[in-house]
Formats: sequence, C-alpha cells, structure tokens
Amino acid sequence: MCYLYVEVHSVISIPPRLIHRGQASVYDTGWYIVLCCGVVLLTMTVFSGYFSHSTDFEVHRNWLAITHSLPVSKWYHENTSEWTLDYPPLFAWFEYSLSHVAQHFDKEMLVVQNLLYTSPATILFQRLSVIVTDIVFIYAVKECCRSVREEKGSKDLLGHPFFILAALLLWNFGLLIVDHIHFQYNGFLFGILLLSVARHLQGRHLEGALLFTVLLNLKHIYLYIAPAYGIFLLRSYCFTEDNTDGSVRWSSFSPVRLVALGSIVISVGALSFGPFIAMGQLPQVLSRLFPFKRGLCHAYWAPNVWALYNMVDKALSVLGVRLKLLDVAKLPKASMTGGLVQEFQHSILPSVSPSITLICTLLSIMPAVLSIWCRPRGARGFLRCLVVCALGSFMFGWHVHEKAILMAILPFSILAVESREDAGIFLMLTTTGHYSLFPLLFTAAELPIKVLLMLLFTLYSFTSLKKLFRGSLLNPLETTYLLGLVAVEILCEVVYPLSPWQHTMPFVPLLVTSVYCSLGVCYSFIRLYVSLLRQHGTDKHKQL
Amino acid sequence: MENWSLVSICVLFGLTARWAVSLNSYSGAGKPPMFGDYEAQRHWQEVTYNLPVHEWYFNTTDNNLNYWGLDYPPLTAYHSLLCAHVAKLINPDWVELHASRGHESYGHKLFMRATVLVADLLIYIPAVVLYSFYLSEGSNKKKVCTVLCILLYPGLILIDYGHFQYNSISLGLALWGVVVLGLGWDVLGSLAFVLSLNYKQMELYHSLPFFCYLLGKCFKQGLAGRGLFLLVKIAVTVLVTFALCWLPFLSDPGQILQVVHRLFPVGRGLFEDKVANTWCSLNVLIKIKTILSTDTQLYISLTTTLLAILPSSIKLLMKPTLWQFKLALVNSSLAFFLFSFQVHEKSILLPALPVCLLLNDLPLPAIWFLQASTFSMLPLFLKDGLLVPYVVTSLAFLFFSIYLLSALEHCSEDKLRLGPYRQLYRIGWALFYFSITAMAGLSFMSVALAPPAQLPDLFPLLVSVFSYLHFLGLLLYFNIVQIAEPPQSVRKNQKKSN
Repeated sequence: MCYLYVEVHSVISIPPRLIHRGQASVYDTGWYIVLCCGVVLLTMTVFSGYFSHSTDFEVHRNWLAITHSLPVSKWYHENTSEWTLDYPPLFAWFEYSLSHVAQHFDKEMLVVQNLLYTSPATILFQRLSVIVTDIVFIYAVKECCRSVREEKGSKDLLGHPFFILAALLLWNFGLLIVDHIHFQYNGFLFGILLLSVARHLQGRHLEGALLFTVLLNLKHIYLYIAPAYGIFLLRSYCFTEDNTDGSVRWSSFSPVRLVALGSIVISVGALSFGPFIAMGQLPQVLSRLFPFKRGLCHAYWAPNVWALYNMVDKALSVLGVRLKLLDVAKLPKASMTGGLVQEFQHSILPSVSPSITLICTLLSIMPAVLSIWCRPRGARGFLRCLVVCALGSFMFGWHVHEKAILMAILPFSILAVESREDAGIFLMLTTTGHYSLFPLLFTAAELPIKVLLMLLFTLYSFTSLKKLFRGSLLNPLETTYLLGLVAVEILCEVVYPLSPWQHTMPFVPLLVTSVYCSLGVCYSFIRLYVSLLRQHGTDKHKQL
Repeated sequence: MENWSLVSICVLFGLTARWAVSLNSYSGAGKPPMFGDYEAQRHWQEVTYNLPVHEWYFNTTDNNLNYWGLDYPPLTAYHSLLCAHVAKLINPDWVELHASRGHESYGHKLFMRATVLVADLLIYIPAVVLYSFYLSEGSNKKKVCTVLCILLYPGLILIDYGHFQYNSISLGLALWGVVVLGLGWDVLGSLAFVLSLNYKQMELYHSLPFFCYLLGKCFKQGLAGRGLFLLVKIAVTVLVTFALCWLPFLSDPGQILQVVHRLFPVGRGLFEDKVANTWCSLNVLIKIKTILSTDTQLYISLTTTLLAILPSSIKLLMKPTLWQFKLALVNSSLAFFLFSFQVHEKSILLPALPVCLLLNDLPLPAIWFLQASTFSMLPLFLKDGLLVPYVVTSLAFLFFSIYLLSALEHCSEDKLRLGPYRQLYRIGWALFYFSITAMAGLSFMSVALAPPAQLPDLFPLLVSVFSYLHFLGLLLYFNIVQIAEPPQSVRKNQKKSN
C-alpha cells in the first residue's frame, strides 16, 4: 500500500517550474490523487448496487458484439439490433479492442443476437471499462491544471485555481451521471478533447491538432467545434506573424505548417475511413453517422432555442383554440401529447427543417469564428470560441441530446477559474445545464443520488469560485432564477406525480424542466457572446 | 472556503456514499422462510402497528415470537410504530398483519432505506459534526477532515445501509450524550444516553464509562455540597427518562419481566456463529461451549468482563476528563465485546463509535482498529452480497483517513501517547502494513477459494481469529494510553503544535 502510494505520487507530480514560493501544498500532488481516487471510489460504490440499465448500456454492448463477431465489412451494415453502429470507425476499433478484454468476462455478451443481455459479469465489465478509460480524462485534467494561468497565488490549497479546476472537472456532475450511472464513454472522449485543448494552451499545436483529429474520428459530434479548431490553427499556427494592428500578415504564411497539419488530418482520416472507402462503403457509413430521419428535438427536449420555439408554438395553438381563432380539427393530432413523440409538428409557427438548423448554427458561431480570425487572442481566445461553437450548436442544432451541454461546460471550466466574469457565466450555465440532465435518471432510487451529487457539485462550484474571486458572482435576478430550479424540482418530482394530471398529461414535468432550463442556457449563451464581443471591442480600442 | 460549505460538502459526500451502498442487497433478500434483519425490522412495524402495546413482547396467536419477535427495548418499538404509520400511508400492504410476512418489493426497499437515511440525517450526522467542531482539537481544516473520516467509517455504513439496521440511532444518541457531556451539560447528556440505552440494550457496553464519568464529576465537586445536588439531578433525570420510555409497560410487573427476558436471552449460549471475541477464538483450542454448563459460562464471562473494564473505570472515576472518558468508552465497550456473553459480530460497532472519536488524537491506532472492525464482519457482508461495497468503502476509508489525517506522519513517538512504551511504535508501523495486507489477502481468499471439505468454516474462523488478535492488542494499547496518560506539559505542547 505504502509503496503503491509513493509510486503513484512520483508518477503524477507537477514539474518544478510550476512550484511557487511558499506553497508547499502544491508540490504535494497527493491532493490530486485524493480527488481522483475519491471520484473513482464513489463511482464504484454507485455502480456496485446499480442494476438498472439505460438504453446506452445496450447500445454499447451491441457494438462490442458487432465489432467482435463480424468482419469489418459488415460493421456498418449489421442491423439486428435497432441500435446500429453510428459512431465513426475509430470508435468501432475502440470497441473492438475492448471486446478482447470483454471475452474474458463473459463470452455471451459478444453475441449479436443476445439483445438486452445483462449478466453480472457484463455489467461489471462495462462499468469497469468506463472507469479504466477515464484514466485519459484524469491525465488530461492534470495537464489542463498545469496550464492554468495564476494570478496572486493564495496560500490555501483549497483556494488555489489548480485545485478548483481539478475538482470542477473531475467531479463534474454531468459527466458522473452520464458516464457512470447512465452509461457512456464521455470521460474518455472529453479526456482527449481537454488534452488537445491543454496542448494548445501549452503551445504544442501539432499534438493538439492530432488529438482533435483522433477525437473527430471517435465521435463526430465534435464536428460542431471543428470550426474553432480550423480557423484557430489556420490563423494562429499557419500564419506566424501579425501586423501591428493585430490583423493577419499575409506574407507570414507558412506552407510547411499547413502541410504538416494537413498530413496529420489526412493520415488519421485515412486510417479511420480508409478501409471503408476501399470497400466502397463510404455512403453507407455516412448514412449511419448522419441520420436526418430523426426529429428536430430528441424525445426529451434539450434545453435549447427549439424547446422555446416548440413551447411558443404550443402556447399559441392553445391560445388560438381558446379564442376560437383556430379549428381544433385542423391542428396536427400529435401536437398535444408532444414531448413523448419523436416528430413534433408545429401548428402555428413554421416547421423547422435540418437545413434551417444548420444555417442557424452556422450563423450563431460565425461572429465568434470571425473574431478569432481578425483579432486572435491566443489559445485562450480559441478556447472561448470553442465554447461558443459548442454552445451555439447546442442551442440551434438538429436533434440535440441534452448530454451535449457537457461539450460546452467542461472546456468552459478552464476559463471559469481564470476570470471573474466567466465564473459568473459558468455558474449559470453549469447549474442549469446540469439540472437539465435530471430526466436522464428517472427512477425513485436514483433521485437521492442525483440530488446529492448535484448539490455536492453546485455547492462546491459556488463556494470555491466565490472564494477565488472574493465576492458574489451572480446578480439577484440570476440567483432567483437558480433558486427557481429548486422549486421546479420539487414541483416536477414531488408534487406533480401526486396530482391527478400525472396520468392524463405525464409529459408536463419534462416540458417544464426543458423550457425553464432553456431560459438559463440561452441567457448564458448571450452573456458569453457579449463577453467575447466586448473583448473584441476593447482589443480594437487598444489598437487605435 | 468557509467552514459551513466544507462541512456540507463532507456531509453530502457521506450521504452519497450511504445512498450508493443502500442500492445494494440487504440481509436475507429473497431467502424464505426466515429472511433476515430487514424482514425483522419490517415485521416489528407490522406487529407494533397492528397489536396493542401489551402484546408486543408476548407470544400470542397474532405474535409468533419465534418469527423475529421483538427483542429490543421500547424505543425501538416506538420507532417501528412511527415507521409503520408512514408505511401505512404509502402502501397498507407493507404492514398488513400476517399477510405482509416476507414482503419484498422495490418500493418497500426504497422506503426502508429512506427511513435509515432520515434517522441518520437527524441523529447521527449532526452529532458527528458537533463533536468534531466543538470537542476535537486542531485547525478548522482538520476538524472538517475528522467529520469526513468519521462519516466514511465503512462498518456503520455497510451494516445500516447494506445489511439493514438502525445503529445510527442508538450510536447517534450515545454520541449526542458524549457531545453534550463534553459541553458540560451533564443532565442533558445523561438523558441522551438513557434514550440510546432504551433504543438498543447493547448500549450497556457504554454505560459504565458514562456512569463513572458522571459519578467522578460529582465526587470532584464534593459529595457533601454541589456534587450531591448534581448526583440527585442526574439520578432523577435517568429515572424519569426510563419511566417515560417504559410507561406503557409499567402497569404490570409481568410485562416488565417479559420485556427484560426478551432483551437478555441468557439461554442462547456463550456465542453464536463466528465472532471475533475471546470465547469464539478460544473455542478453536478448547471446546468451552460443550465442556462448561451455561451457568458457568455466564459466570466466567461476567468475571472476565468486569476484570477487563476495572482499570479503565477506576482511572476514569479518579480523573473524569473528556479525554479519559473517550478512552474509557473504547476500553469498556471493547472489553464487553471481547469477554461478555452472547456477543454478535455487529456489536463491534459499539467500540468503533468511541474509536472514531479518537481519529483526530490517535490516527494510526484508530484507523487500524476501524479497518479491523470492518474486516471482522466480512463473513456477514459476503452472506449479504455486499462484497463490492465492502471493498470500495474500505479502500475509500483507508485512503481518505490516511491521507487527510496524515496518519503516517502523525505517529511520531509522543503522539502515539505510549509514554514509557516507546519502542513498541516501530514495531507498530510494520505491523500496520502487514495487517492491512493480510486483511486484503484473507478477504481475497474468502471470496475466491473454496475451503477444504473437512473445514467448511475455515475462512470465517481465520477472519475472526485474525481480527480478534487486533482487538486484543488494541484493547491493551488503549488501556495503556488511558492509564499512562502523558503529563500535562506534553499535552499542552501538542495543542500548540496542532
């Protein structure tokens, strides 16, 4: 035990250059191990007694089976289960490698026909695989903590930005419940994302680009933040110098760097998609990756603009019927039970097509991307742009899952420990975003777990950031809004189930949750944008 | 960060761990006809709700005492009644007389687990927080660490939230007694302890130190003057509290006798199953149970118990300070556990509570003891299907307590408070690692290996003998610490250095 402890100690130690005067506590990275082990042990306790399974559990079991028992050429054709393989090829290879370990636990889980197979060994393997692959995340968080800019270092370890960032990332409520209770490999994927961000912050751009390309080939949802990467690398890496006013100096273009980047992207892409292109399956793979058959909103509406749009539509139609402006018979039938059906038909407002959402998304991220092109502010400007892209696509994307909010929350944590304004936005965004994940866990036994974990994280983020920036971060209106979440929770999970409407209109709690949360997310998005554009403005001002 | 937020975070963490453990199986799940402690508690709700008070402890047509008859004092019965009323509101099937026997369902499990959580939250956890903040030494951060470590003690979590019992109520009330006595309110302290005694008779293990501490305090104030007044006040409080708790049974002496008979079932023998105490371990060499008559067994155990608690009680009587009191609680309850009659393996929680209070003062021995106590219940956990929570909570406890209380740096010679027995500490170091490794090894063997055919109980026996050696050694150690209390100057220095 002792030796193990010492060994782990020496492996994860902060290099000497980061040690600051009089801060003996920061040398000692024991705290980091404690944070990691705490979270690992907590997740293990949670899963040990946890025997109900989400659909994602079966999805990943099915993928294990497909990749293990079928030849590569059948991977994207197999459709015994309705949960077909819809992640890019590198992820399929990841599942393939996992399946080689899985066969030592239970061979039956690797049979494609064994739908909904859940033996104890299967559960153990699946849960352990998430915990083990989280090592990537743990390493990435450590790298991010190393890159945090620090102002006046406080003597107190608990009030140190390193520590706060590590705690905010490792103990992130959303990641805990989505990965370890619901079941997905987000820790692993976000680990690669954060590592890539950390590499950019450290100025190791090629490594960062490589990691991001790998990430894209693991899960294509990260395409949404690809514009930030593309523009940043092109502008700040391929052009080596700026003019004095900060605009691009065209003559400083470095073709070598562009070729280096291009070859990284192309080689990773070839490795991943090459075999399928060779087999002539590319259209099939792409059709699996981008299923536009699904509706505008996921079964449960993610708290974004479209949730508000649907809500307004519904309110207008009810109002119209009341005021006898509309004929009930002419309204689309499903509109009043919406929230449970996949296709939501708008009755008053125009329906939204995938291309409209794409245009909206692009429009929403355009200013941010332009801003890092015109006035690059280094890796931190890039990080801000990345968060805006992630949040913009969440706000306007087609068929967005509520889990996608993590793509904005996790990278944003790094900015939150560096600036006061960001900390305020971060608190708004995380609290509402995390609360919007509550419907993922809907059984009564899970209620205390999700409430306790949420309280744990929220309390920590509020008090630690408040201590870090010495003062209140939210204005009274924001505080009231967040306290309103408590009321919504009590209303939706305690009062409503006891009321008679539970049977006639069971979708109301979900609707209220997503609409209420979408207000907060929209607000955070706007504030984030304002902060980005204001920075842009002040930069220009300084230049003049 | 402010203290309140750190403490709330620790409490939330403790609660999360508790609820996570409670998602696991409970004792006797799906094992008819007798089921386990979970069914016992449910059955008590059924009995207390449906039968009149005077039938609770009697064998009647509606109350078969052989099927988990009520054998805890009246406060437990009242608590069951209260829970039964809530249960009735939610689902009347849960407490239906006769028909509800062996009732098991998802909803009912949630309800039962929730009652434990509520009790814990109302009684045990506040007492832990108060104790750490008002009665333990050191900086605020250290106090917060103490809260976390006490709340993470795996034994209590696994028994209450896994196996299923309400130890957090009896232990919590006893802890309230310690806290309130420590703050100087003697009358309230005795009230809290009497309540705890009336919740679970096993609290008798703690009764002697409470008695000696209060008596010693009266002596100190002079038995002629204010001391006598205090003594009378305490005596009246104790009697009145007892009377109130037993009120429904006082009308008839037969009732009282029957309840007492139910509480102390002398006929059940010196020990059951495998317990890490003297008699069970001795039984490996000499078959005491068969050689001696029940009466002789009773007398032997009584004498040895009294002999074992005598030194610490006398010392406490002479010097009633909080430090002595805590140590005496450990020594007395541990002596009871090791030598008294009819001990259950779960009774190790009684010494574990005061040892938790020593986590801040004597980290290494306390952590060692707490880990050994959890380990001693391993056969029980395996029977209940709690292997994974056992491993995880033990690891978490060891890790957090060793890191947070920096037990390893902390065991410099005078901090171990060994006084003249200093050379022991170097050996102690090596032994700690050896014993943790051995516990891990034995746990692994119990799970993975099949015992030889002629010795089916080999592993439980090894576990209990191995834990017994720990308990015996630590009993000696805690006695030495209590008797050879370092001189005042050393303790003052320590306060400064902390």
